Amino acid sequence: MENITLLIGIVIVTALVFDFTNGFHDTANAMATTISTGALKPKTAVAMSAVLNLIGAFISVEVAATISKGLINEDSGIDPAVVLAGLVGAIIWNLLTWLAGLPSSSSHALMGGLIGATIASVGIGAVSMSAVVSKVLLPALAAPLVAGIAAMLATKLTYRITRKTEERDVAKGYRAGQIASAALVSLAHGTNDAQKTMGVITLALISGGLLGADADPPMWVIASAGIAIALGTYLGGWRIIRTMGKGLTDIRPAQGFAAQTSSAVTILASSHLGFALSTTQVCSGSIMGSGLGRKGGTVRWNTAGRMLAAWGLTLPAAGLVAAGAALLTAQGDWGVIVVTVLTVVISAAIWLASRKEPVDHTNVNDVEPVAPDTPAQLGVPPQPAVVAGVGTGTADAEAESSGPSAAAPLSSSAS
Amino acid sequence: MDIDWAALGQVFGVSLVMTVGLVGVFTLGIVGTRTSSKAGDSGPALLGRVGAYASFALCAAAVVYGIYIIAA
Repeated sequence: MENITLLIGIVIVTALVFDFTNGFHDTANAMATTISTGALKPKTAVAMSAVLNLIGAFISVEVAATISKGLINEDSGIDPAVVLAGLVGAIIWNLLTWLAGLPSSSSHALMGGLIGATIASVGIGAVSMSAVVSKVLLPALAAPLVAGIAAMLATKLTYRITRKTEERDVAKGYRAGQIASAALVSLAHGTNDAQKTMGVITLALISGGLLGADADPPMWVIASAGIAIALGTYLGGWRIIRTMGKGLTDIRPAQGFAAQTSSAVTILASSHLGFALSTTQVCSGSIMGSGLGRKGGTVRWNTAGRMLAAWGLTLPAAGLVAAGAALLTAQGDWGVIVVTVLTVVISAAIWLASRKEPVDHTNVNDVEPVAPDTPAQLGVPPQPAVVAGVGTGTADAEAESSGPSAAAPLSSSAS
Repeated sequence: MDIDWAALGQVFGVSLVMTVGLVGVFTLGIVGTRTSSKAGDSGPALLGRVGAYASFALCAAAVVYGIYIIAA
């Protein structure tokens, strides 16, 4: 521990920054529908999710390095500079998709980054392409289908059972159920995603010779990874929450409950039965499924299409950024410093761009905040199929435009 | 290419059955409490309420099992 080099230090900090972006990128998975149906107030929702993330990071200490072990052959000379470049690619892709308000998988961004950096520094031979197909591409197709079909059928069932009951009479019960399933998603997220960061930091420590080859993550690694993801979650990726909660489809409490339960069950089934699915893709799929399951419900395919495009781009885009970063970090200390400075500058630029049309807990639901228990909220008629658009009040006009229009910088910078 | 179709099929089956089952049971519970509170304490209403509590208990057990899976 006594000789942490500059490079290892930067890798650890960068890994924690990635963890933080992972947290705020993925708040939406657990909480978007909970917020949009009014089951929890926005701030309460993110606070609860953050606490459960933190708990989740501690309750399972299963070795956390699966993300790097399966895809990249460690014997072929992975060094901390490559890990750093991979993290940079993942962070920048996470920030760009956040700016555009698009949910995309943080895990896929990280895998893409590590793959790109490895190709640039070691060559294509070090990456297992069949692993890319079986662990990334196929799950990306399967996740929304599995969760979506389950959520669609569950939504149909709820409307069938309650067809003789007033919707507002049962809404309260569904909101309570939603909170429970959202809690499970948050807990699972803390366990899975914080462990990825722990795995990366541990890998960097091992590759720098600071830890033995088969070492478990040290306690300080577990604690800092848990805290970083919880802070990110608490900050809340409001842009993505808006897209998932309001942009894909109009979610009523029964649908929110069906979608959230489908997400929780699918995530737990996939991690338990050994076929890893991306949380983001599972949750997006179940939200769309619940939109299709309600009579008269529509999915905004325009928004869904942009989201799918972002999923397709995640691996190559994060990989490309990471490859560029890897060429620089390979130059030694000055290259590492250049990459670090560039990352800070680009991140700051993206943050500044986001301030032009801020989305936060006050305007995340587009409409004027309604107290969770007032029946008036249920009286809102189905909204027209305008992308992310609601626009019932004057204050909404400026807030609303950020969703769709923010996609422009994404497509130009990614292509 | 090493794709574990069996695991994928299992995930699909389990997700579908568990989601639809849990959502259905929970919905029955909500409807049960709803009708029993309207009808007062007569026979069928009591039955409805007991059924509703049983449904919620089943869902609570599922949540506990979920936590167990995450922690294991």
